[in-house]
Amino acid sequence: MWDHEIRAMASSHAIIAASMLMATVIPAVALPGFSVYGTHLLWLYLVSGAVTAVSVAVFWLLGITPPTKKHTLGYKLSRFFRSCVYFFLSCLFFHTVVVLYGAPLIVSALETFSLAVLLTSLTTLRCLCVLGPNVQAWIRVFSRHGAMSVWDTCLQITVACTLVGAWVGAFPIPLDWDRPWQVWPVSCSLGALFGYLSGLVAAPAWIHYHRKQLIYKCK
Amino acid sequence: MKGLPVLSLLLWMCAVYFVGIYIFVGGFLLVRLEVNRTSTCGDVLEPRDESVDFCRAQPRFRRVVLLIIDALKIDFARFDPNNTAPRPYENKLPVLEKTVSSKPLQSRLYPFRADPPTTTMQRIKGFTTGSLPTFVDVGNNFASSAILEDNLIHQLGQAGKRVVFMGDDTWESLFPKKFYRSLPFPSFNVKDLHTVDDGILRHLYTTMVGDDWDVLVAHFLGVDHCGHRFGPDHPAMAEKLTQMDGVIRSVIDRLQNDTLLVVMGDHGMTDTGDHGGESVKETDAAIFLYSPSPVFPGPPSPNELDVVPQTDLVPTLALLLGIPIPYSSVGQVLLPLFPSHKQPEGAVARLSQLEALWINAKQVNRFLETYSGMAKDIPPESLSRLKDEFAHLSSEYLTAVREGRSPSPQLTSSLQAYLTSVRDTCRSTWARFSPLKMAAGLVILAFACLMCFLLSELSLLLIRENGAGLKAPLVVALTAGVSIAAAQLLTQGYIDMVWCLAAGAFSSEILFFWRVRRLSTPTVLKNGTKGPKSSSWLTPGCLLVPSLLVPLLRCASLLSDSYVIAEGRVVTFLVFSLALYIPVHLNWDGLLLPPSHDPLKSAGLLPSPALSPSAVRKESGTLLACLGLLVGSLYLSLSFHSCREEQGSCQPSPFLSPLSRLQDSQMKNLHYILSVISLSLWTYLLRRCLCHYGNLNSTSGTVFTARWILPLLSVCLGLHWAVSATPEDSFRNLAELIRLAQLALPRAAFCLLGLGLCLIWLDPLTVFVKTRAAASARSSSLPPARYRASTGMSPQAELHHLIPQIYQRMRRSLDDGELSRDSEVDNRPAVEAYGLGTVYSAPVLLFCGLLGIGLLLLHPEGMALSFLLLMLEMGALLHIHASSTTLSSLHGAYSGGFNVPWTPVVLWALAATQFFHATGHLPTFPSIQWSAAFVGFPDGHTGTTLPASLVTLNTFASHILFAVGCPLLLFWPLVREVRGSRGRACGDEEEDAVMEMRLRENPQQFSSALLQLSTRYLFIHGAQVFASVCAAAILRRHLMVWKVFAPKLMFEASGFLVSSVFLLIGVTLVLRVDVAVGRWFKRLIPDTSR
Ligand SMILES: [Zn+2]
Ligand SMILES: [Zn+2]
Repeated sequence: MWDHEIRAMASSHAIIAASMLMATVIPAVALPGFSVYGTHLLWLYLVSGAVTAVSVAVFWLLGITPPTKKHTLGYKLSRFFRSCVYFFLSCLFFHTVVVLYGAPLIVSALETFSLAVLLTSLTTLRCLCVLGPNVQAWIRVFSRHGAMSVWDTCLQITVACTLVGAWVGAFPIPLDWDRPWQVWPVSCSLGALFGYLSGLVAAPAWIHYHRKQLIYKCK
Repeated sequence: MKGLPVLSLLLWMCAVYFVGIYIFVGGFLLVRLEVNRTSTCGDVLEPRDESVDFCRAQPRFRRVVLLIIDALKIDFARFDPNNTAPRPYENKLPVLEKTVSSKPLQSRLYPFRADPPTTTMQRIKGFTTGSLPTFVDVGNNFASSAILEDNLIHQLGQAGKRVVFMGDDTWESLFPKKFYRSLPFPSFNVKDLHTVDDGILRHLYTTMVGDDWDVLVAHFLGVDHCGHRFGPDHPAMAEKLTQMDGVIRSVIDRLQNDTLLVVMGDHGMTDTGDHGGESVKETDAAIFLYSPSPVFPGPPSPNELDVVPQTDLVPTLALLLGIPIPYSSVGQVLLPLFPSHKQPEGAVARLSQLEALWINAKQVNRFLETYSGMAKDIPPESLSRLKDEFAHLSSEYLTAVREGRSPSPQLTSSLQAYLTSVRDTCRSTWARFSPLKMAAGLVILAFACLMCFLLSELSLLLIRENGAGLKAPLVVALTAGVSIAAAQLLTQGYIDMVWCLAAGAFSSEILFFWRVRRLSTPTVLKNGTKGPKSSSWLTPGCLLVPSLLVPLLRCASLLSDSYVIAEGRVVTFLVFSLALYIPVHLNWDGLLLPPSHDPLKSAGLLPSPALSPSAVRKESGTLLACLGLLVGSLYLSLSFHSCREEQGSCQPSPFLSPLSRLQDSQMKNLHYILSVISLSLWTYLLRRCLCHYGNLNSTSGTVFTARWILPLLSVCLGLHWAVSATPEDSFRNLAELIRLAQLALPRAAFCLLGLGLCLIWLDPLTVFVKTRAAASARSSSLPPARYRASTGMSPQAELHHLIPQIYQRMRRSLDDGELSRDSEVDNRPAVEAYGLGTVYSAPVLLFCGLLGIGLLLLHPEGMALSFLLLMLEMGALLHIHASSTTLSSLHGAYSGGFNVPWTPVVLWALAATQFFHATGHLPTFPSIQWSAAFVGFPDGHTGTTLPASLVTLNTFASHILFAVGCPLLLFWPLVREVRGSRGRACGDEEEDAVMEMRLRENPQQFSSALLQLSTRYLFIHGAQVFASVCAAAILRRHLMVWKVFAPKLMFEASGFLVSSVFLLIGVTLVLRVDVAVGRWFKRLIPDTSR
């Protein structure tokens, strides 16, 4: 039913996952002293950058983004500008939420913000790519009957997986094991990343197995 | 409404929980009374020369070196020359074996058996007092860990001996200021193998060479920490033991002839390196005795004792050093260290074996007599047997001594037997976990949790049955308990209440399950639609919804010491997560946004909703705003936490210290102003809320309380803070007045509080009735006629049906002055009743608020902010619950009934734990705020009940407030119901907001919802108790069991106790209001209808 879309989705997800892998492996080989725990923030920004760049490219190439009404350069520019603002606001939003969850307010603000950037590039960016800068649509998508295409369903799954992953990632922090990955925010960012990766795998698989039941109202 | 079945079911539920907790705790936490008497040199213990003070005689040894190697297991100390491939912990202390074999007259190595609990602190207590310390030694002082019982260190100090201590800093807290010189080193970090040992070694030898000591105690921790960190089977252990071997060698080289060396372990360790329990591996430590001069009569004979109990060290050392045996020691002297016959060896008077045993036996008998006079936990028949035995032995010995002949050699062994049986009796009373009791408690608690869950799911069925499910279990429970008691009486001759209670609770639970099975099956047969509903709760998918996943995580977190230590933050995290889940879930169901935004629904694909988008938007806005409030108060509440000692880099909240302790006067003023503002906000918000719903119009007791007592109470409290914060020296001439005010103000507040609570209880109605004669005459004649015409009912039933008619014609007013819809002439009400819509919630709210101020009185002033946050969070939770209910019902998802879903109840219960931490409490004994006992009683108390209850009220303040306020969860959606929404759903043409009067329309559903709410609340607390009970049972060998898990269990259990009691009070208050409302209607109807 949705075979074409599913295939496109699977391949795009493979590309995104590969880019994240590259962002980890290449600096590890090229840069001396680079490690996921040791230079965590650098790795974190590299991964966010890679995901951002690749997702934008892939979704632009696939043409998922809702068609704009006007094709003028000015409109596109303002749309791009609004997207950037939304991206930044979303970083602030995640930062606030993470602080409210109990992250230190001042001591490691940079670490917290980096985590917020990672979460934004894993979740909000995808919303921007799929739905455009439209918060109403974002909220609408996350309801039972809100998905209007397989891409919306995929968005639901990956975002939920990422956020749940980051949430679960906070669990090992209080344990007294003294492992390097218990340092703030390593476990959370790893959790978010693993959640995102599992979302990338789960979304096409789930859609594939439920393709008979999936009915979208209109598009 | 059926109040009795609800109350009795709840009571029964709580009773079963209590029994389970009681049985488990009885098997796990052994309690012993501390005897706070001390032995003195003047004690006449020797029969012959009664004038001689035996402290003055020349002791056998002048000095003792006590080397304690923590967790020195007997396996570590043995040496097997045939072992060619020793494991890392084997054959590493060759010095012991070599000395024993080369100098048999000077040294011995024995297994040294510790008594459980085998934790370091309890062991130190054990081998200095000679007693059998349990987890809870009930003494004078709960707050500090200092030993108050008579002990070796105290006796040494009394005898003028200079005790020098170095090593584990636990000693310093156990014996503060008792040492001549002390060099404590931090023991807390288990990962640090060397700090303590290296610290000792820097000073040990120089101290030994010097001459300013008589007793030298050195406590090495490296072996124990190595065990905890790596386990015994690790190269690091070999290294550590080899180091200890060198230490012992060097100490032996430096010993002088009049010095005794004791090398001992305080306990052993399991194969994983842990200890605390009672397995042989944990209890069997090693003891090595050595003196440069011969002490022992000969080489170790095969029939000599093979194991030395740890209690025996105390009397032995005491008699060897010439000091009295500590009062509560139950040990027995080590006979090989004493000569078998009296040897008049010049100046050195040496006690013979028999004399030493006699002194020992007399001391033990004296202790036993004192203890049995204080506590009744030693079985009376074994006590009398021991007493007879001692009388017999003592007369035999005394006659022998008086006649000058040497007593028979059997006397030695019978004295030994006597001492052994005393110790065994004491040990069986104090120092043994009872696995059977623990298992029984666990099973009963597990079933109680299951029962609670079933009860909450089947509340409607049970209420419909009119509580018939209760009578049979009660009868069976009584029968089982009594029959067990009878059986015990027949077979053993006495009754052990524990097992009767266990049998009763267990049988009633089993019968309940059986009845529930029978109860739920016929309904499936009778009513096909009911079937799946009542059985769906058993599917695992249903249990994994976030609202139940969160309590599950919370319970799981109680099994880890790290999570218990970080509990305050963990609970806040969970509450925050569940709170965020509410809007996400609503949005997922499409309930958060007005559906008109959905192009599909407007296109007619879905049935048009029964609401206006603006109403939805308003409710969503309220919900989100309250969520913001909730999140804000959650976040701010984190700053009121106190710190456990395990949390290294933690700073306790500055608001926790009382104002009088603040130095900076500007800070003081700021704190005071903040506290007063919070207090007045608390009062104002409470009154505003009551006023808003028109509850402040009548002249009842409750209204009087809200109008006068509440503000007066706050003023009292504010003044009390001001007075108690004034520095002593600033108003010297007013000192007398200040002292009076310190006494009078809190007492006045207590009285006001009591008065207010009583008034609420006695006269809970807040309804103001305004009758208009003309109108009432006209409209009241109508309904009865209609009823009589349509249904020919009996007057009683008619009365019953009249009530809905009447109050549907009633109005509530939102403000005092406003007479609502006065202009609507056509539908003119017969009676106007102000505040009828909130008739249930108003007294509960006021009760809760008043109690909150009372509890705040027992806290440090700064906690007022935290209490304000508590109130805001309560309000936010109630509004979120109400809004989400309204949103669901607006969309037609309203299912009827007043059932409160799991999510708000879970949030409510977790918030109680969260504010337990946010009011500066911790589940540890040192953090109990004892100052609460002196509020209003600055000179102390005479009894113990009053201070104990004050401290309990202080400790569980948040549990109390949330438990009393729990019924509000049921009322709030009705209080905040959107006018007309439900009325329309019910197919009623009346547009009035009926609010809580709906509860009277459906008394059965009201009862069932109340029962369900309370059982759900109890279930969540009960599950937490069960989890901490499990943690204590499973992890009883854990390093942290007495530091983390056992105190957590005590606090969780007492929290449950307090919560359930106050939940029952809250529910009873609701029932009381219901009765009052019923009476009010009865009073109203005769003059309107007849
Ligand atoms: Zn120890
Ligand atoms: Zn230990």
